[in-house]
Amino acid sequence: MIQVEGLTKRYGERTAINKLTFHADKGEIVGFLGPNGAGKTTTMRILTGYMPPSEGKASVAGFDLLTQSLEVRKRVGYLPENVPLYPEMSVVQYLDFMAELRQVPNRNERVDEVMEVVHIADRAESFVSNLSKGLRQRVGLAQALLHKPEVLILDEPMEGLDPQQQIEVKRLLREVGAAQTVMLSTHILAHAQELCDRVIIINGGQIVAEDTPDRLSAQIAGGRRLQLEVDGDGDGLLAELRALPGLSSVRVVADGRFEIETAPGPDVRPLIASTVVGGGWKLLELRRERLSLEEIFIQLTREEAEAAAAAETGAPLAEGQAPGSDSAAG
Amino acid sequence: MRNAWTVAKREFNMYFASPVAYAVAFGLLLVQGLFFYADFGSSVLFGAPPDPTRSVSLFVTLLLFFAPAITMRLMAEEQRTGTLELLLTAPVREWELVTGKWLAAFGFVGLLVILNATYAVILSRFVTPGLDVGSLAAAYVGLFLAAGAMLAIGVFGSSLFSNQIAAFFAIMGLVLVMWVISYPVQNETGLLASVLKHLSFSDHYYTNFLSGVVNLTDVVYFVTVIVLFLFLAARVVESRRWR
Ligand SMILES: Nc1ncnc2c1ncn2[C@@H]1O[C@H](COP(=O)(O)OP(=O)(O)OP(=O)(O)O)[C@@H](O)[C@H]1O
Ligand SMILES: [Mg+2]
Repeated sequence: MIQVEGLTKRYGERTAINKLTFHADKGEIVGFLGPNGAGKTTTMRILTGYMPPSEGKASVAGFDLLTQSLEVRKRVGYLPENVPLYPEMSVVQYLDFMAELRQVPNRNERVDEVMEVVHIADRAESFVSNLSKGLRQRVGLAQALLHKPEVLILDEPMEGLDPQQQIEVKRLLREVGAAQTVMLSTHILAHAQELCDRVIIINGGQIVAEDTPDRLSAQIAGGRRLQLEVDGDGDGLLAELRALPGLSSVRVVADGRFEIETAPGPDVRPLIASTVVGGGWKLLELRRERLSLEEIFIQLTREEAEAAAAAETGAPLAEGQAPGSDSAAG
Repeated sequence: MRNAWTVAKREFNMYFASPVAYAVAFGLLLVQGLFFYADFGSSVLFGAPPDPTRSVSLFVTLLLFFAPAITMRLMAEEQRTGTLELLLTAPVREWELVTGKWLAAFGFVGLLVILNATYAVILSRFVTPGLDVGSLAAAYVGLFLAAGAMLAIGVFGSSLFSNQIAAFFAIMGLVLVMWVISYPVQNETGLLASVLKHLSFSDHYYTNFLSGVVNLTDVVYFVTVIVLFLFLAARVVESRRWR
């Protein structure tokens, strides 16, 4: 449904996305995950026909993006990042306008239907300027669904929604995603994990990882970090911990506080706990730290840079010399 | 074309949702009312028959200032708020978009012209042999064409900016240039002079339409200006995609 090959977009000197290649199939929900400035919005703007790429090919819903943009636009529903709406129109006026522009048959019924779907029907007559951020987000979503698009492209659809609505929207997207293609971007790993069949992680305009959420999180969970705190200064514990199998590094943070990186494999927490207690220390806390998305990116990009450095044999490499790390640092 | 109509309908309605439209209508009609009153008064005093085309030519002159006010927001606001993103990712072509915008502005001015025509109707009740309907009709045809041209320039100027005030002054500058472009060569002949005279609004408007003549060349001229500037506006919108 979405086929992208070597997609590159440059804004003057800055390369926003660099040779992206990926695809999204019918009936698939693909998550586009990345930190600020990664190039998510840029990619989506290209795929919706808002702007052309500098290089590369893409086809959406079976039509070439460059030569058949109008056909693509007919079949794509798009929720832009900050949901631009006309403040001086009411919700129903706005949706009716968009439906007319998209030449939706049975306009009035469809507008009512879509307002029900996103739970905005009770605010139909409200002016957009009087809506809260979350409500505007729903209007934007309604607008994207109006013409029953084959491909739905949503730029941060969960942004500004309350938890109840997030659940509703996830349910809705799963429903839509069963038959159509959905591509959504987010910063929040949990959303992607819950919702997507496949996740593409993008950083500095390049794809750094692409897999199912399960496999991705297993890969990410490999390097789990633990926080350990014992009563007192924990003298001698460091040596004992270092002797344990399954730990890749142990660091003293403060007196009695340790930071432990675990290697991929079985959970080592019972082992650590018994070591601490068995050695006569008083265990205050043993906590598994969740790696934040940002840390995952740092980890992923560092791996990339190291791999690139290793590949370039002979040349003495300084830190951050590998391609891509420049933009990642900026 | 259907899309242009959809855009036009929305934009036309938006005129009545914003105070700018009412302010423009108020200003235009107020100035015209004053002039009408003065005209009417002087013709009573001196016994000369009032000239009904005068309110039409006044309208055109006032449009120099009001056309920018009517058109400045059309594209600039879409660009500022980002709503252009939704229009350009809908199956709408650039020319449909700018044509729709222009139609809306044209419709709004059309409404003002109808209000303006009440002056002619009032006059016709006071002039004994009746008004010269032919020359008045020619003046109105010219008014519509000149207004259309100014509004097309407005749509173009508005597409250049995402700031309404910047758009306003750019449009006013463009319209004024088109208006006075032949002034420096008014009494000259030669190639340059004749080219500039052909390009000028005033040479096409005042010399013929206001003297009751509808000339094909003048009609073609104004239609060309309209098409040209809408074409340019569409190109500007398109070029924004490439940035
Ligand atoms: N119109 C523009 N002109 C110049 N540079 C731009 C433009 N739009 C985006 N960029 C740059 O391109 C890069 C990618 O931006 P993009 O908006 O695609 O990121 P994003 O992944 O959507 O980020 P966020 O999570 O903050 O929304 C950034 O470095 C940004 O500064
Ligand atoms: Mg973005």
